[in-house]
Order: sequence, then C-alpha cells, then structure tokens
Amino acid sequence: MSATLERGLAALRAGMDTPMATFFASCVHCGLCAEACLFYTETGDPKYTPIHKLEPLRRLWKQEFTLLGKLMVNIGLDQPVSDAELAEWEPLVYDSCTLCGRCSLACPAGNDITAMIRKMREGMALSGHAPEDLVHATQRAVTLGSPMGVKLSTLKAKIRAQERESGLTIPLDQPGVDYMVLFSGMEIVQFSEILGAMARIFKHAGVSWTLSSEAFEATNSGIQLGVSDLAKEILLRTVNAAEKLGVKGVVSPECGHAYTALRWEGPNLIGRRYHFEVVHILELLARLQKEKRLRLRQRDPEERPLSFHDPCQLARRGGVLEEPRELLGKIATDFREMSDNRERNWCCGGGGGVSAIERSEPLRAKAFQRKLHQIEELGVHTLVTACSNCRIILEEGLETYQIRVDVAGLTELVADHLEEDQPQTGAGAAGGES
Amino acid sequence: MNDPGYELLLWVRGPGWILALAVFSFGMAMRLFEIFALGRREDLAPPRPAERQGSPMRTVWNRFFPVPGLFERAPATHVSGYLFHIGFFAVLFFAEFHIQLFRHLLGFGWPALSAPLADALGVVAIVALLAALVSRMRDPVKRFLSTAGDYLAWALTFLPLLTGWMAYHHVLVSYTRMVALHLLAAELLLALLPFTKLIHAVTIFVARWYTGEQFGRKGVQA
Ligand code: SF4
Ligand code: SF4
Repeated sequence: MSATLERGLAALRAGMDTPMATFFASCVHCGLCAEACLFYTETGDPKYTPIHKLEPLRRLWKQEFTLLGKLMVNIGLDQPVSDAELAEWEPLVYDSCTLCGRCSLACPAGNDITAMIRKMREGMALSGHAPEDLVHATQRAVTLGSPMGVKLSTLKAKIRAQERESGLTIPLDQPGVDYMVLFSGMEIVQFSEILGAMARIFKHAGVSWTLSSEAFEATNSGIQLGVSDLAKEILLRTVNAAEKLGVKGVVSPECGHAYTALRWEGPNLIGRRYHFEVVHILELLARLQKEKRLRLRQRDPEERPLSFHDPCQLARRGGVLEEPRELLGKIATDFREMSDNRERNWCCGGGGGVSAIERSEPLRAKAFQRKLHQIEELGVHTLVTACSNCRIILEEGLETYQIRVDVAGLTELVADHLEEDQPQTGAGAAGGES
Repeated sequence: MNDPGYELLLWVRGPGWILALAVFSFGMAMRLFEIFALGRREDLAPPRPAERQGSPMRTVWNRFFPVPGLFERAPATHVSGYLFHIGFFAVLFFAEFHIQLFRHLLGFGWPALSAPLADALGVVAIVALLAALVSRMRDPVKRFLSTAGDYLAWALTFLPLLTGWMAYHHVLVSYTRMVALHLLAAELLLALLPFTKLIHAVTIFVARWYTGEQFGRKGVQA
C-alpha cells in the first residue's frame, strides 16, 4: 500500500464517529437522496446519487468498524479500499457535489450525507485524489493569503479607488473598533464597489469598522479541499488578526462558504471558541435595521420585480434565513419568493469548490438548469443574492442560456437604498455622524 | 403425531424461538456497541440562541414525511413505502393471533383489528412489498444502488407476510405446517434484522436526531 493511500485511509478512519456509523447503518437504498440532488435531477445519471458518492467510505466503515465486515475481508469475500477506487470516486466527491446540504434535508432515514462527503474529502485529499485546481487554490491561500492570489497591494489599490469614489475613508488595521470586516477575493477583484458600499452603510449606521492587512480574505479553500490542517492555518490568520485588533466581532462577507467556515467549522478546526463574535453581513444589517440605525427606503414602485437566491451555505447550512427577507421587505416593491426557498433552496451549482474546478464546467452548466427553471418560473428581472460565488455562477449560467436577468448583491442593494436625509432626533442619528 | 409439520411447529415454538431471540439480542447489542463505541466530538461552535434553534425531536417526526416536491419526484417509492409499513405494523401488532402471542409473552394484550380488516391490511402490505420490489428492479437509481443485501432484506420481510396470509386462508399445505413455516420465517426475520439494513428500524431515529441537532443548532429546522 502506498504511503499516500495509507495517509488518506487514516484520515477517513479519524473522521469515523457515532453519527457516521448510524448514517451508514440506516441507509435503506431508497434512492430519495438522488431526487434532492441537482446533479442527479439534471442529468438523470444514477452515479450522482448522494449516498453513492460515499461508497468507498462506507466500505471502509463496514470492513473496519463492523464485526461482520471484518469477517468478510478475512475470508476473502470483500476487498479493501484501493487507490484505483478512490481515483474513480474523485469526480463524484468533488466535481459533482457542492456540499449544498439538500440531500441531508431529504433523506427519510435522516442521514446527514453532506457532512459525510465533507469528511470523505479529508481522505481523498490526503491520498492524492483531489482536483488539482482545488489543491492549487489552497496552496495560493496558504502562501499568498488568498485562493485567487489577491495580494495586499491589490486590496490597497481597490481601497484607494473606492475611497475616491465614495468620498469616505476605508479604515485599515484600526484597533479597538467594533467590527473587522472580511471580503472574498472574488469581491475584491470582481465587485470592488462592495468596499464603498460597506463604507457608506457603516457611516450611515454609525458602526466603527476596519479591514486588516494581515487577514482580509474570508474564504477558506482548505475546507472545500478537505485538508483540515491547511484550513486551520488559513483560519488562524483571521482569528489572530481579530484578536490582536481586539474587535468585538468579525463580519463575514457575501460568501456562503466563508460564513460556514468561520462561523460553524472554525472553532472545531482550532479547538477552541473565539474571543469575538462572528456575524454574517446580512445578520449585522438586519440587526442594525431592527435597532433603527439602518434606515432603508423603498425602491421606485416602477422598478421591476426581483427575487432572492438563498446561498446554500448561508441558508440551509448556515441558518441565515429571515435576515435577507427582513432587508428586502424594506426595499423591494415587488418581491417574489422562489418555489423552493430558504432551507429548501436549490444550489446554483458552483459551491463546495466546484466553481474552482475547471473540468467540471460542462456538468455545472447542466446542473444549473435546476436554478434556471426556478428563475424562469418567477418572471423576475433581477435576482438578488448574498454570495459572490453564487453571483458569478448565476451570471455565467444565465449568460450560457441567454436569459436576461440581472444579478445583484444584497449588501450593495442596501447601500443604494439608504435614506439620505438623516432625521435630527434620536440617538441613532447622533451615532450616524461618528 | 408423525406429521412433519407438527414436529417443525414444536421446534419453532421452542428452541427455534429461543435461538432467534438470542441471535437478535446478541446481534443488536453488538451492532449498537459498534456504533456508539465510536463516540463523537463536542461541537465547539456556539449554537444559535435557544429560541432560534431547530428541534431535533421535530426532525425525528418530520422525516416520516417527504420534503415538499420529493413525493412528486418519486411517487412509487413513497406509496409502496407507506403502504407496506402501515400494513406490516398493523398486522404485526393488531392481528388477533399476534395479540394472543403478545398476551402470552407479556401477560397483557390490547384490542385487535377485526379479522377482515387485518386480512386486508396484510394483503396491502404484500402487494406494496411486491410493488416495491418491481420498483427496485426497474427504477434506475434504486436498481443502481441495490445489492444482494437489499434483496435479502426484502425476502426476509416478505416471507412472514406471505406465510401468515397463506396460513390464515389455509392455502396449499395444512394449517399446522403453514403456521410452522410462518413462525420460522418470522424467526429468521428477527434473527437477521440486526445484521441487515433492516436495522434501520432502530437506527433511523438516532440518525434523524443527530441530523436534526446539527441543523437545529444553526437555526434550521430540518
Ligand atoms: S435517501 Fe437516505 S436512506 Fe435513501 S438511499 Fe439516500 S441515504 Fe440511503
Ligand atoms: S450536498 Fe448537494 S450536491 Fe452534494 S450530494 Fe448532497 S444534494 Fe448533491
């Protein structure tokens, strides 16, 4: 057995716990998880059945963690998991799973299939069976600080440009403020208006904030790749920077995976709780809105209908469900919910690192049809979302199928609908001047 | 006295029953040990405030019903699944003969379904199980996933239903012999349950709870 295979299998063994054994024992092969997965519904190929993506892991569990399975191997009725088998599963574990969590919501046995796939990636990556694109993205994240290779100098240039445009300062490395704000590399490169938008919102609501030159990238590709050691290294940069600056909270930006990585996986990666709170930007905005520190105006009634695409990691896997509705409720004049929304949304097809895997593009385009149907059904002209990765995938997909729907980020939409004239009364207004 | 059916009946009512029960108990204890000995790590991420959390107990209950849209995508799986389970458990726990057996074993009983109704429910379960088999062999996903274990589990469930119905209607062989075969089939089912996917009868509740808890702490009712 090769050393890499042994490392991979060891990682799989390390991930074995009571829930996973319960899940494997409970599967009745009813096939319903397939019906919940966009990679099956849009291709009709049974190999994309979620539980099947775990077959090598199930075999390992059976052979090493059940008496009957051990017996079977001993008398030669079952073969141990091999390198070739893992290689064969690579496209199933990575290219065709966005870790969207929909299968986990549908399985009648109650299996959290997504959590198992996340764990399976640990073994796949260490045994050398992860897509190169993801490996390189993670290497860039570790060495350069960002999977897209966004450097501090790039960020600084964008900050200057946005400061000029907004006429506001965008603070860097300011200790003792309320929030340290992170961005995804995608936002910095593709949607840098978000920097100015944040500056306007925080000025309006009287929130003190800063960026950190040591940790500005929010995403953690180590998690999507499935190497916890690297994920931890990437995460610690943020944790250390935030604790050094002494901020009350860290704001996770419009990126679904960044949020689950920081909010839900992070403390488990580093083995302790943080000394700060993690909030998603939408949670913060909804909170400010409730406190009346954020005053929003309605869109022009003439403006065309819009809908909201729930990023999987934010909604189903993150628990940020009502906040976008609370915000859109103040802004939109004609808001239309999708047929499956909130925790039941359908993935755009680009999560879980899939968007970084170039070879998966044709499959992704196919899987996107699920979202396309949902959008077309609504007859909207604008689709709002809160994840820059979703945003790119949605734009690409709509373009591929030549559908004319604009895609917008909710934070920017909020920034564009701030009430201009500040009321003269109330503590909120005073705060707004700071 | 020389009726081989009678001798078989004596065996299945005595040693056979004890053996089945012993294998079941040992198997169940072993399987549950295999699962629970693994343990799990504490989740260090602070959960949502209590009032925003989803309830794991509700997940345990919710998963008896499909998420919206799922039924339409797989009607055969749902209909055969529901009808089989309803028919099977109704007959198992509410047919007159079985209640007599439970009264004998437990010392108390409960009201039975009327004989024609129990009979009808048994037929429903049989037909549903046959439909489930056809669906398993024809549906692309289920055929793809199925292993020998799935067909074994199917047969283990089907035989007690079939022999029970045949005994009740005095089909084919003598009543005594059929009852003996029925008991044998039931004992096989009991003994092998822990070692097949039929163990889901117990483990799904644990699985649902874990998943419900994972979703719930994040503020999602799964
Ligand atoms: S839905 Fe659940 S029980 Fe059914 S095949 Fe998938 S994992 Fe197994
Ligand atoms: S997590 Fe989503 S993409 Fe992955 S297998 Fe489940 S339903 Fe499919």
